[in-house]
Order: sequence, then C-alpha cells, then structure tokens
Amino acid sequence: MNLSQLSNLISNVLLLSLIGGIPLLAAARKVNVFESFVTGAKEGFEIAIKIIPYLVGFLVAISMFRAAGGFDFLSKIFAPLLTSIGFPTELLPIALIRPFSGSASNSLLADIAHTYGGDSFLAHAAATMMGSTETTFYVVMVYFGAVGISRTRHAIPAGLIADFVGLVAAIVVTRWFYG
Amino acid sequence: MLNIIWLGLIISAIIISLFNGTTDAVVLSITSAAQQAVTIAIGLIGIMALWLGIMRIAEDAGLIKLIGRLLTPIMKALFPSVPADHPAMGSMTLNIAANMLGLGNAATPFGLRAMEQLAKLNPHPKIATNAMCTFLAINTSSVQLIPTTAIAILAANGDMHPTRIIFPALIATCCSTIAAIFAVKFFEKLPLYREKASHELIATE
Repeated sequence: MNLSQLSNLISNVLLLSLIGGIPLLAAARKVNVFESFVTGAKEGFEIAIKIIPYLVGFLVAISMFRAAGGFDFLSKIFAPLLTSIGFPTELLPIALIRPFSGSASNSLLADIAHTYGGDSFLAHAAATMMGSTETTFYVVMVYFGAVGISRTRHAIPAGLIADFVGLVAAIVVTRWFYG
Repeated sequence: MLNIIWLGLIISAIIISLFNGTTDAVVLSITSAAQQAVTIAIGLIGIMALWLGIMRIAEDAGLIKLIGRLLTPIMKALFPSVPADHPAMGSMTLNIAANMLGLGNAATPFGLRAMEQLAKLNPHPKIATNAMCTFLAINTSSVQLIPTTAIAILAANGDMHPTRIIFPALIATCCSTIAAIFAVKFFEKLPLYREKASHELIATE
C-alpha cells in the first residue's frame, strides 16, 4: 500500500469514527440522538440558505473578472516585481488566482503539472503553494456574509499576508528540497 | 473593504473586457456564475445538515465542551475575548481540527456555526470582532496537514512520488499560519483597525 492510499484510508477511518462514534458515545450518555441530530441539521439547512446571496455576489464578480482576462492582466503588472525577488513567472497566475477561487487554482495546478510534468520543480512548488495558502476572499466573504458583517477590519490584510508568506515559503522550501 | 473589492472586481472586469474584446465571455459568465453559486449552496445544504446534526449530538452529550476544555490554553491565548466555556470555542476547535485533517466538507459547517456563535458575543452586529478576525485569519492561512487534492493532481500527471510534497507543504503551511497569527494580532492594535475606531466610524455615519 502506498502513502496516498494510506492517507485515504486514514481519512475514511477518521470520518467514519466521527459519524459512528459520536452518536454511540452520546447514546451511552442517554442523549436522544436522532432528535438531537434533526435539531442540529435544521440549523445547517438555514445557514446554507443564508449564504446564497453572498455566494452569488462573490462568484459573479470573480467570474466576470476572470472571463475578462483580469488575472492575465494582473500577472503582467506583477511579473516584474515578483521576478525581481526570484519568484518563477510560470507560477504567477496560480498565485494570483488562489485567494479568489479554489477550483480555478486547482485547474491551473493541473495545467502546470501537465505542461512541465508532475515531478518537475514547478509542479511541486505549485502543489506546495496550494497546501500553504487558502481561498482568502472566498472564506472572508462567505463566513462574514453568514453573520452579516460588513466591516471586516483587519481580516483581509491578515489573510493576504498569510497567503503571501505561504507562497514565498512554498517556493523557498521546494527549492531547498530540490537543491 | 468588501465594498471596494466587490465593486473593483466588477468595474475593472468591464473595463478590461472592453480593451480585450472579451465582453461576450464576461456577459456569459454573469448568468453561469449566478447559477453556479446556487448550485454550490444547494449542494452544501445536505453536508451542512449532516455535520451540524452530528455536532449537535456531540454537544448534547457534552463532548464539545470536553474537547474545548482540552485545548483551553491554546484557544484562550488566541481568543482572549471569548469565555473559555463558550460554545464558539468548541465550534472553532472542531473547524480547525477538520481543516487540519483535510475534511473540508466538515470544516465549513463548523466554521459557519462558530461565526454565528461569535456573532452572539458581538455588541456591534455589522463590525467584525477581534475573535472573528483571528478565527478567519487562521482559516485563511490553511492549516491542512496533508494537501490531498494537490497530491492527486501530481499523481495524475506522472509523478511517481507525489507524497514527497507532504513535508515541504507542512513547513510552508506552518509558516503561513504563524504569519497569520502574528499579522492578525499586530493589526488589531493598529489605530486603523482598532475595535474602538471602527465603532466610532459607525457612530458618525
């Protein structure tokens, strides 16, 4: 069994032990498990519906920007700055789109891995970047949206700093492991 | 901030599309994105219901409080404004744990629930609290221990040992999480972002 099969098995065991273990433990503590489940599930339904307007607003704006070629435009602007600090130009698009969209950055990673090979430095650096950064704008919009916050204060700047550090760390660490 | 980003994306998309001649693509993307947003949310309903149902069972059994108590020292340092036995602590702990394990499906429901509980502690419903910003910064810094999707993509493109990235990715993600915590704790003290300053802003509006 290889490592990725092993990690898959571990995730499955974790998931099943949560779904089976929690109700079992609760039942042992005399909790009316099904009734509790339904009460909680109702709340989940409401939250999912509540975030629809925020998702629509966010995804429409992002898709427009992407379809217009906005990310290519941003790449061109930031290219000189980032190449001057040794950031590979090939990884620029994925670095820029990552804070906005998880699915778009995943497809860019697939693109890089396909073009340069799955075991290339670029593919590994990009994959590491995906592991060390997050879809900051998406998380902020949806999480704050769910509770009606309009003044997000320092959440976005802090999230973007974390992303930037994650990006740089990914490149440095990958280089280090390749060198 | 949200207003500026949202408006900025839309207006710059229109301007760029006029220069690039991509107006058709932009117009098409509007309706498809709006539909896609609802599809995502509808898909989320089942997952949210399932995990919040399971979480409620854990809560009624006192398990959430137990987990919360185990991690109290760390959580208290990160979220000094949230009482140690507040339900938000349990939800945040579960969200971070689910993220670490790569259980994204379970992480979102816990995270949204945590935000609702944090909102109950918020005296100014429209302004984010320090606890909310810290929680989001940790969330957006990615605490995932094993980047499963990225590994799968590398493997699909001919990498014989895609799991080699686990260790480098772990180092990089630790860097970004530490940076997030430092940044958020530093920013919350700046005059520009201070809780009090934001309150005054609302009052004068």
